[in-house]
Amino acid sequence: MSNAATTVPIGRTPFRRFLGGYGQEIVVLLSIAALFAVVGAVNQRFLSDNNINAIFAGNAYIAIAAIGMSMVIVSGHIDVSVGSLIGVIATMAGTLAVSGYPVWIAWVAPILFAIAVNAGVGALIAYTRIPSIVVTLGMLSILKGGLISVTAGAWITNLPAEFMIAQMRPFGIPSAVWFMVGLTVIAALFMRYTDFGRAIYAVGGNIEAARAAGLNPERTVVGVFALHGFFAGIAGILFATQLQVIQSTVPPNLELTVITASVIGGVSILGGTGTVIGSTLAAILFACIGSALIFLNVSAYWLRAVLGLMILATVLADMARRRRAR
Amino acid sequence: MTAARLLRHETILAILTVLALIVLANLSDKFFTAENLLNQGRLMSEVGLVALAMTFVIVTGGIDLSVGSILGMTAILLGVFWQNVGLPLPLAMVAALLCGTLAGLGNGLIITRFKVPPLIATLATLALYRGLAEGISQARSVRGYPEWFFYFGQGELLGVPFQLWLLGLLTTIAGVILGLTTFGRATYAVGANETAARFSGIRVDATKLWIYTAAGFLAGLAAVIFVSRVTTTRSDMGTGLELDVITGVVLGGTSIFGGKGTIVGTALGLILIQALKNGLALSGVKGDGTIVVIGVVLIAAILAGALFDRNRGG
Repeated sequence: MSNAATTVPIGRTPFRRFLGGYGQEIVVLLSIAALFAVVGAVNQRFLSDNNINAIFAGNAYIAIAAIGMSMVIVSGHIDVSVGSLIGVIATMAGTLAVSGYPVWIAWVAPILFAIAVNAGVGALIAYTRIPSIVVTLGMLSILKGGLISVTAGAWITNLPAEFMIAQMRPFGIPSAVWFMVGLTVIAALFMRYTDFGRAIYAVGGNIEAARAAGLNPERTVVGVFALHGFFAGIAGILFATQLQVIQSTVPPNLELTVITASVIGGVSILGGTGTVIGSTLAAILFACIGSALIFLNVSAYWLRAVLGLMILATVLADMARRRRAR
Repeated sequence: MTAARLLRHETILAILTVLALIVLANLSDKFFTAENLLNQGRLMSEVGLVALAMTFVIVTGGIDLSVGSILGMTAILLGVFWQNVGLPLPLAMVAALLCGTLAGLGNGLIITRFKVPPLIATLATLALYRGLAEGISQARSVRGYPEWFFYFGQGELLGVPFQLWLLGLLTTIAGVILGLTTFGRATYAVGANETAARFSGIRVDATKLWIYTAAGFLAGLAAVIFVSRVTTTRSDMGTGLELDVITGVVLGGTSIFGGKGTIVGTALGLILIQALKNGLALSGVKGDGTIVVIGVVLIAAILAGALFDRNRGG
């Protein structure tokens, strides 16, 4: 420690600098660990393979959607339509699969569609300067209404077995978990080490400074939304294939769950800061809390109140920390 | 900013609304009847009440995503106070309204005292208030309200639905406050440039606190009317209401960046949405198809406004 202090000024060790840089991520990680320890001690079955599988595999699609959402929020924007988009993707994929198309088309075509739609949304936001919340609010209506009027609320059943990618278990671990971990790592490296990744932070932090530095903020925003479409597309495919039926609805307020995961994971709604590791950890934390309530015999109807209190506590702590830093 | 500039969006919107009404009246005989129009007015009252406060909120540059949850929580508390606590119904109504107002005050305090961005603060309370509604009710609904209570949601005064009188009265009051009082001017000043407003001696925090509290109160009022209209209380009441309200306000020309917007615009925006929903349904478009149209109209209206502004060098 003393050795490190000589190389780093202001008395901050590399370890503490690391802690400072990933403050929120570490808080979330410790919360998950504490939750497992406490709930596991009260009820052993919480730690059973089945339950841990259900927590991770069942909620991986939320974590993956939150990766794209984190990029969008870091760039200084927001997307309230992602829940409806996931629903549309799932229905598209299911329809293609039962219509006899090869499964790889049923997987890839909806993802390409999601990328195209969100690139369009990004272009509208970047070039017309209409606020992202307004554009995506409109998209929410269009996608949700379109989905229900096309499907008329019908469920898709008799899905072919080889289509169910979320239920496959390479090396004994559900593929949804592989996707979640793999995409989080790739996205984290991408955001930290590539020019485009750095540009997202620059544009979200100060758009005029980014422009003066020679970046093209409009192109960056379109790229961010296209990437967000890619992650939402994968989330939609996993959502479509985790159960034996595809309903024409997604969990209510899914977009808010995704946004909340990003925010609790440390992505500042003001843009410019945050990591996808944080958002993935936060999505896992939510899933753990939901499951923990059941194992602690607390009515699941209190889940949302607990989540609300957590968001509030996180945000207030974040604001207090920021004020102290100033 | 001149009055003409402020009014321009409203003029376009008024023309659009009249056009929509003419087209819809031609598409279906049933659309342009007094009975249908009054009934549509009844249906838009809850969104309308909340939209009045939301206009102020968005003019200050803020947003309130929790109004739907406040509505749900107030509705549940109304049922609980009356049936489980055993308060007389009028007292239960007042107590529930008070809780809705306090929920709004809570939003205001989080936003002004702790400087939390409104989007995040109300995202948190959206989950919290809805969670309280779900937790307190345990998904049980409350029914069996006495007959007189249904007057607020189903009754008529001089042939016009009760809540439409209420909406008209409160719209007028809100329009006067925003357009003609110092409080209204302060609201615009906060939204246009908060720092400048602060240095001009405007009590920025107090202004915001009043506005978010009013949003809670109006969401509570909407809850009472909602419960009275549908005769039952459920914890999922008002889910997604915030999006309908924001769509109406933004369609009405209120800038999401703050500093710009009128109550007249909001009223026109709401009428246009309700007319489209109803008219298209009567002409055979299925209920969910109309949501698509509203999304397209929202984006198109804002796009037209943005292009218009740019052409004028704005």
